[in-house]
Amino acid sequence: MAKKVALLQGNEACALGALYAGCSFFGGYPITPSTEVAEVMSKELPKTGGKFIQMEDEIAAMASILGASLTGAKVLTATSGPGISLKQELIGYACIAEIPCVIVNVMRGGPSTGMPTGPSQSDVMQAKWGTHGDHPAIALVPASCQEIFSETVRAFNLAEIYRMPVQILLDEINGHMRERIEFPEPGELEVIDRQQPTVSPADYKPFDDSQGDIPPLASFGSEYRYHVTGLNKAADGFPTAKPELVDAEERRQLRKIEANRADIEKNEEYLTDDAEFIVVAYGTISRSARYAVDVLRKEGIKAGLFRPITLWPFPEARMAELANQVKAIVVPEMNLGQMILEVERVTRRVCPVEGIGRVDGEPITPAQIVAKVKEVL
Amino acid sequence: MSSRYELRFSGAGGQGLITAGIILAEAAAIVEGQYAVQSQSYGPEARGGASKSEVIISNDPIDYPKATNVDACLALTQEAADKYAIGIKPGGMLLIDSDFVKREPKGDFKTIKFPIISTAKNEVGREIVANVVALGAMVALTGIVSRAAGEQAVIARVPEAFIELNKKAYNTGYEKVKSLIA
Amino acid sequence: MAFDYEQYLRPGKLPHIWCPGCGHGIVMKGLIRAMDTCGLEKNNTAIVSGIGCASRLPGYVDFNTLHTAHGRAAAFATGIKMAKPEMDVLVVGGDGDGVAIGGNHFIHACRRNIDMTYVLLNNYIYGMTGGQFSPCTPVGAKASTTPYGNPDPTFDIAKLAIGAGATFVARTTAFHATQIDKLIAAGLRHKGMAIIEVLDDCPTAYGRRNKFRSVIDMMKRLKEIAVPIKAAAHMTPEQLEGKVLTGILHQEERPEYCEQYQQVIASAQGD
Repeated sequence: MAKKVALLQGNEACALGALYAGCSFFGGYPITPSTEVAEVMSKELPKTGGKFIQMEDEIAAMASILGASLTGAKVLTATSGPGISLKQELIGYACIAEIPCVIVNVMRGGPSTGMPTGPSQSDVMQAKWGTHGDHPAIALVPASCQEIFSETVRAFNLAEIYRMPVQILLDEINGHMRERIEFPEPGELEVIDRQQPTVSPADYKPFDDSQGDIPPLASFGSEYRYHVTGLNKAADGFPTAKPELVDAEERRQLRKIEANRADIEKNEEYLTDDAEFIVVAYGTISRSARYAVDVLRKEGIKAGLFRPITLWPFPEARMAELANQVKAIVVPEMNLGQMILEVERVTRRVCPVEGIGRVDGEPITPAQIVAKVKEVL
Repeated sequence: MSSRYELRFSGAGGQGLITAGIILAEAAAIVEGQYAVQSQSYGPEARGGASKSEVIISNDPIDYPKATNVDACLALTQEAADKYAIGIKPGGMLLIDSDFVKREPKGDFKTIKFPIISTAKNEVGREIVANVVALGAMVALTGIVSRAAGEQAVIARVPEAFIELNKKAYNTGYEKVKSLIA
Repeated sequence: MAFDYEQYLRPGKLPHIWCPGCGHGIVMKGLIRAMDTCGLEKNNTAIVSGIGCASRLPGYVDFNTLHTAHGRAAAFATGIKMAKPEMDVLVVGGDGDGVAIGGNHFIHACRRNIDMTYVLLNNYIYGMTGGQFSPCTPVGAKASTTPYGNPDPTFDIAKLAIGAGATFVARTTAFHATQIDKLIAAGLRHKGMAIIEVLDDCPTAYGRRNKFRSVIDMMKRLKEIAVPIKAAAHMTPEQLEGKVLTGILHQEERPEYCEQYQQVIASAQGD
């Protein structure tokens, strides 16, 4: 039987991907250009018995999804620009209290109110370092509407597996553009639920790492009863200031990412095998880059594309390997130099790394990338 | 890249040009199974201002989602014509509303004109369907989707009670251009 | 037979952090008695707090407890209640947490009339950070950030809650220990947003800066300023000067938020 198809905006695809993953709670606040995610959820969630709530502000939206997640729900919020800045406080809470949640950030120009209807990729570093304190981070940067759907499903899986917030970074272009989507059948994409405790309620400790770095999370309202705090805590969830316990907890949280890079990282390579020049691009701009690579190849220039789909953790090993093979790397992004810092760091600048920055509310065009590659030739 | 075809629908906010772009993209991507990307740019104001909707149609997956060299452009207002006709590629096409675009943009492209909004108002009966008249005209002009695919996409989009009105609008626009370029 | 508090306290989590003379312990005992009276199931109850001295209360009691970020308790609690309406959800916290940094969440939780019970311990001060003035500090009072006396007007929390749409609003004081559990129990039984303000004392951060020589002086003041709402009906404005009304100040029936949302679900499912 032919699959169900539709022409959908990226934001709509994101919402429908969340529903496919089993999301049953959305807490949001209206902000351009992310609002379609909330609009679709407000319409579709109650059909499944799920809950949509529009909260009084961005922080409350984030708080509501964390409360809901503790009852066992898979939860989503969506925001942009100033909204993601406001949410940082409780993204930190989700990290330390290890509460699964998915946050969509449809990036727009900034700082502050910036360009609400203009695209941007300037929240790359904020997705990693936005909240105070050391903490793990996962951020996904899908490019097409089909990929936004499937990466949203993966974002839920990663949040549930690693007990932490996962961010999906879209931008005004791929959030609003419409493309054909083929809906996967139920079961076609893997959907993972959080691990439940198997010990007796009396023995349950919400942060017990004796069986591994990711302790099972019980649900409020089940037979398990426990305490959650934003303070540094011991295995039983209660506050501690014991240096050795705090240190162990912080390191374990970062280890959730570092020890599982192979599972979390995802990239796509295009014509990199014999490439002498690599364009490193993500999200919407990776589409300009792919177009540019085709143009360059036609002109006999051996260009290739390296596209992180998981932006955080950054695909360090493969990036470093490619850097040893090529003559130069070009990094186009709709900001004034964010991911390029990471490219420079992990490649140790074994080859020239040149950026193209653009913050005027217009996308970086294939022609700009072609010109830059020719310049570094 | 070879079959990449770029269309731009421009005018004032509120004229339904984003919807026209969506219907064309649905005709291509859903009805005909081609690849299509529709995008738009708009200001914070929901009405007025210059608005544009772009559709890229191709036999192959589409990389860059915005127009680079526009094959065919529609402009319903002078402001839109002044602002958006610039991107038309040599040998491309421009369709304008002859009542509203008095200063014709000059360039290496072919300009086709008829009173689009007035046609909607007086021949179809409702000004509100001017965007669908324009859609029919653009389909006739470009042939990028079949006449039937465009009509099917129109029918799929509009509420039951307005199907006949919109079919009339679409076919009126289609016939107008066919007779102009015949 | 004496009431057995131990059954509701988490073993090994006491002593609490509160200073000698602080009224928070009195409120906690009242809260426990009220929950016992209403037969709240431990597994089916969530107690949510923000940041501050009062917000440490959930850590001591044996329920599902969530110690969140400063001011955000009502918003977290809203998520819990919405996602699992069958749970009993309570919020506890102080004045600065509840109506300063958390003021927006407080009024909107009242507006929604979501079925929660919010016990707000108002001790007129930010105690945990060392005694800065809060929106509830009396005009003229001394705090570590009002060395010349407080110039800020104060919030009347009960009026704020009523104005924002809470359907049950009550007030008492830490002196009136036996009224605390009665009002909290009434709030728990009420369907909708119940706000119970308990005027409290902070000898460490407030009392010693404001000429209270002892905790007893502070308790005496709480006793003196409290006027039961029924008694107030027979008093003149002059007699009520400087007094606060206690008891159930407001109660009404209005559709509860989670039940309203069930109608949204029914509409969406075409029922």
